[in-house]
Amino acid sequence: MINLEILIIYKIFKLAFCSEFFKFIKRDYKLAKYYKNTFKNGGEKMKLTRRDFLKLSISSLVLSSFSLDLSSVKAYAKELRIKNAKEITTVCPYCSVGCSIIVYAKGGKVVATEGDPDSPINEGSLCPKGSSLYQLVNNPYRVLKPLYRAPYSDTWKEVSWDWALDRIAKLVKETRDKYFIHKDEKGRVVNRIEAIAHVGSAALDNEECYILQKLMRALGIVYIEHQARI
Amino acid sequence: MKWIMKAKKERGAKLIVIDPKFSRTAAKADIYAQIRPGTDIAFLGGLIKYIIDNELYFKDYVVNYTDAPFIVVPEFKLPDDLDGVFSGFDPKTKKYDKSTWKFELDENGVPKKDPTLKHPRCVLRLLQRHFARYTPEKVSEITGIPKDKILEIYEIIASTGKPNRVMTECYAMGWTQHTTGVQNIRAMAIIQLLLGNIGMAGGGVNALRGESNVQGSTDHCILFHILPGYLPTPKATDVDLKTYIKNYTPITKEPKSLNWWKHRPKYIVSLLKAFYGNYAKPENEFCYQYLPKRDENKSYAWLNLFDAMYNGEIKGFFAWGQNPACSTANANKVREALAKLDWMVTVNLWDNETASFWKGPGMDPKKIKTEVFFLPCAASVEKEGSITNSGRLAQWRYKAVEPPGECKPDAEIMNELYKRIKALYEKEGGVFPEPILHLNWNYGDEKVDTTIIAKEINGYFTADKVVKGKKFSKGQQVPNFVYLQDDGSTACGNWLYSGSYPEEGNMMARRGKEDPTGLGLYPKWAWCWPLNRRILYNRASVDLYGKPWDPERPVIKWDASKKKWVGDVPDGPQPPLALGGVLPFIMKPLGVGVIFGKGRADGPFPTYYEPVESPLSKNPLYPKYKFNPLAKIFKAKPVDKLAIHDPRYPIVGTTYRVTEHWQTGVMTRHMDWLLELEPQIFVEMSKEFAQEKGIKSGDKVIVKSPRGELWAIAIVTERIKPLKVLGKTVHVVGLPWHFGWQWPKDGSGGDSANLLTPDVGDPNTTIPETKVFMVNIEKA
Ligand code: SF4
Repeated sequence: MINLEILIIYKIFKLAFCSEFFKFIKRDYKLAKYYKNTFKNGGEKMKLTRRDFLKLSISSLVLSSFSLDLSSVKAYAKELRIKNAKEITTVCPYCSVGCSIIVYAKGGKVVATEGDPDSPINEGSLCPKGSSLYQLVNNPYRVLKPLYRAPYSDTWKEVSWDWALDRIAKLVKETRDKYFIHKDEKGRVVNRIEAIAHVGSAALDNEECYILQKLMRALGIVYIEHQARI
Repeated sequence: MKWIMKAKKERGAKLIVIDPKFSRTAAKADIYAQIRPGTDIAFLGGLIKYIIDNELYFKDYVVNYTDAPFIVVPEFKLPDDLDGVFSGFDPKTKKYDKSTWKFELDENGVPKKDPTLKHPRCVLRLLQRHFARYTPEKVSEITGIPKDKILEIYEIIASTGKPNRVMTECYAMGWTQHTTGVQNIRAMAIIQLLLGNIGMAGGGVNALRGESNVQGSTDHCILFHILPGYLPTPKATDVDLKTYIKNYTPITKEPKSLNWWKHRPKYIVSLLKAFYGNYAKPENEFCYQYLPKRDENKSYAWLNLFDAMYNGEIKGFFAWGQNPACSTANANKVREALAKLDWMVTVNLWDNETASFWKGPGMDPKKIKTEVFFLPCAASVEKEGSITNSGRLAQWRYKAVEPPGECKPDAEIMNELYKRIKALYEKEGGVFPEPILHLNWNYGDEKVDTTIIAKEINGYFTADKVVKGKKFSKGQQVPNFVYLQDDGSTACGNWLYSGSYPEEGNMMARRGKEDPTGLGLYPKWAWCWPLNRRILYNRASVDLYGKPWDPERPVIKWDASKKKWVGDVPDGPQPPLALGGVLPFIMKPLGVGVIFGKGRADGPFPTYYEPVESPLSKNPLYPKYKFNPLAKIFKAKPVDKLAIHDPRYPIVGTTYRVTEHWQTGVMTRHMDWLLELEPQIFVEMSKEFAQEKGIKSGDKVIVKSPRGELWAIAIVTERIKPLKVLGKTVHVVGLPWHFGWQWPKDGSGGDSANLLTPDVGDPNTTIPETKVFMVNIEKA
């Protein structure tokens, strides 16, 4: 919350002292989008956030301009964006507080996200990262196809899943068959491979973590590590 | 933060922030103290001394629920007696022989105790003698915190040694990323035990974990030393299942100890059944030999992994949802190591510094043989599954949309890989194919149903069975881990999560909002391991008769008429201690909170050592041992350079995070909103230091360590001040580590602060000391 407050104060000042304050939506589309998202986050909890603001000694001019803008953004979002949208709950993919987020989807696209007021963990609040979930899913920079970089090449090349997975399976098998240690120097059965290593990931779901280590251990890999170690 | 502010407002809580730099949290604190990075044990040791000298500990708790009254053998010696190390230190191997780290036993084999706490060799008195030299004056000289502020903080913290007062402690990587990381946490655990703050509402020592599911990924043990549910991975010396069970199933002679780990055989056998299904039988040790056995004298930890890779020992590598080229201490070493691989598979949402290392700074792709794959995966709202937060709360996430383009959920990628590897072994044969061919793996043909996995994690019966008078049939879900068996009649992927998906359904998806205790436990919101217990060691929150220490805020209490506990799920249904019950610390063989930590590699009590890279030439408390003599140091290669006391690097550096970014920034640098708020790497420094160097806020500067250098934008600030350490001025600078050369594309973000940090590690965990290192700064 505190971080969000500071962030917002920063934004308010940035806007308030900018000569073209009232044209900001046109001039700075990204910023406007940020506002919509941030202040929509929290849903009904928005009132709480606003109340918190009032405690801060910021000039009333800034606040009143701000409030006006806020309500219009809220109304806009409610009417156009989430009308008839499917609503599901998720948990923030960033830090480990475990804030709950409502995701609105329409036509196969996420159209809005907001802090889940029902969660006793965050009661609708989100920090800047959780507030940005919308942009994480609607993101122009995602890689959408498997990529391959051949030895000594200086570029990525798009490949098919089938080709990539078959090639990886072949490399895993070749390396495993070549370097597998059945017995160590003392003659003890160890059934391990040290020539393949794995790291990751604390960003996966529990179910994925479980089958991932199951797979790696079935291959005999012992260099199995992830974020918890660093 | 919201809840901290509420506690301040409603209950008059005091917020104390101790941090090398004034943070956003510090802005809300009642007291803020700027501490020299890496000197926490001096500060905490002084606090332990203060609590014991002034008898401010919670005596009833300490005598009954901790090992403070236990008598240690006379052969045990403190660093006080041996110039800075405990008895058993071998200077050649830099390891301890722990044979003197033990308690005197009575005729029944139970430790001798002195409930009056007067015996000079009882743990409490040894602890007092150990910290006798940590006076407030010394602590001030070492940490740079003024003496009066130290005493002010000590007084507030020690005041929570009363039954109705409590303190909670929150830490993150600022404590773990040190060569004394584990002992930092232990020091606070000792303080909380002395003050009786473990098991209480609002008490505890809390790790603020940085990744949404780092709790869950640790519980499921994507780590070299443990199998799901914290079962040790077998070593070469654990030659068969019988030996494994013997080596890792503790026995206790303390009659009042529950000694929970006595159930280990049930958990390992059920895990093997989950791994190998019908192939796992009593006559083949449940396929125990399929599990890889690690070399008992070798570490496979993160730093060792990249050291081995740098040495060319590793040929193939998976970086699944991780960016080690930025997140690892001494990142240049990692980047060079990646170039020695034959092949690498990366799985991520975005390209990153690891996947594209071959075109990174200083790399010539034409000379790099590594074959690299980038597999695009689904984001969290494009798949279904659970994650576990810092409070052990497993919450279910639903799918909102399909992944874009050809992106696939990670579970589907794993499924595809497994099926293809298996098919190759079926077709061509190969070396020891059984663990692959016999793996119990039926999660769906193409699409993976993660609820099938969640059910396997919970556990199910593999045969009809009567347990505790209840009849279960084959295929039925196990109600919880109390029902697991060691005869092969149950399969369970992770005993800790047993109870998360019983016959009744998915407990992790619950959204009940009742709070019957009024303490904010919300027992029907999602599901918490173990057994939905919200506060661990809650039996320590009551007296010997089951009466809460703090009757105003009971976590549990004994209802004598009904002969049962009310409140949170108790640590076992047994009655209170004085009524024939058990000791509260049920996971410990002796049943009590451990102050004398003989399991640690570097000593049973935390001891102050300087960081490996420090501005001092000597350890002010133990001049003979400047830094932790057991610290893991890689120094064979030129790439592992250190500035142990080097005039070329006179400034203390530290790293941290900002709210707007996350980890190496792959998941936040690609968000225009967040990047706009924090666009590039900066280095914070004091006004005094900036003036000395002629640096102004906004200047581009070069920060250098022996391992690497990078540019950063200077922020000249009041938030960091020069410190007075042993009468001399010490300057500290701090950098966030969220940036990397690969994105933003134009390089405007800078690169990772881990180019500067040293690959030296804690002797217990091998977590690198990224929070203190020595640097120099010049104007660019
Ligand atoms: S919204 Fe912020 S505080 Fe909440 S889980 Fe996400 S990153 Fe953590």
